[in-house]
Amino acid sequence: MLDAIEKRIVAATQGGLPLCPQPYAQIASQIGLSEDEVMARMRDMLARGVIRRIALAPNHYALGMTANGMSVWDVDDEKVRDLGPMIGALDFVSHCYLRPRGEGWPYNLFAMIHGHDRAEVETKRAQIAALLGEACRESDILYSTRILKKTGLRLRKD
Amino acid sequence: MRRQPLPDDALDAIDRAILNTLQDGFPIASRPFDEAGAGLGVTGAELIDRLANLREIGAITRFGPFFDVAPMGGEFCLCAMEVPESDFERVMTLVNAHPEVAHNYERTHRLNMWFVLAAVAPEGIETTADEIERETGLKVLRFPKLEEFFVGFRVTA
Repeated sequence: MLDAIEKRIVAATQGGLPLCPQPYAQIASQIGLSEDEVMARMRDMLARGVIRRIALAPNHYALGMTANGMSVWDVDDEKVRDLGPMIGALDFVSHCYLRPRGEGWPYNLFAMIHGHDRAEVETKRAQIAALLGEACRESDILYSTRILKKTGLRLRKD
Repeated sequence: MRRQPLPDDALDAIDRAILNTLQDGFPIASRPFDEAGAGLGVTGAELIDRLANLREIGAITRFGPFFDVAPMGGEFCLCAMEVPESDFERVMTLVNAHPEVAHNYERTHRLNMWFVLAAVAPEGIETTADEIERETGLKVLRFPKLEEFFVGFRVTA
């Protein structure tokens, strides 16, 4: 859980780090802490996994990876925990999760596939199908046609 | 957000090195741009200018800390809705107005709206999803993760 100071750090940095020579000092001055304190807290949050990493996220589209498809698979419950990590390890899969099936939704394995175009994504999808083999009963792929919203995590101020 | 590829000459070798290197991490230090720039052969000031430019031209979507809500006692949940085409804009506006909605995509399926809810408290997911159902009159299917097999993806610039 986060204490009050950490919540202030999250609130001050969730939009990104300021582009100035001493960004941690700038954050510190916004929330009434010292630069050292902000850095020590953020190192601790990184060590605990509250912060996964401090990094830049490239825009896949700008770099030519314009096609992405959410591939979904109905995989045998007995085998999915063994097969999931194999699919997740493929270098073209950015996210891979086991999720519950739902009403009218038989799929339990979700793997996001990226490529330069849909033909490339379909080739990669066929590779996943081959890996899953008979453990997979049915599959589909959902292409994104529009980004409706994209922000980092925003915590409601309380 | 930019969805078209940049022209081939938009990025030079240093820009590409910045994109490739800073995907993996950025230091916590008093003058972190100086430190990160040293490894890339540029000064801190030049790195700041280049990052500002990369953001300006749409090569970067985010620069800063990436938070995981689970250690904060919260969670993420993937949700999907079947939205009638004629009602799409209205529903999108109602859904996006919730600060818990982190990303939202239109997708090619009967379930045509897919979004991620991020909430600090686990009950925040259910509360928000229920609110969206009340506001829109449509069902919100919830697909919380049961297991994460992999998250992390590098793009080579």
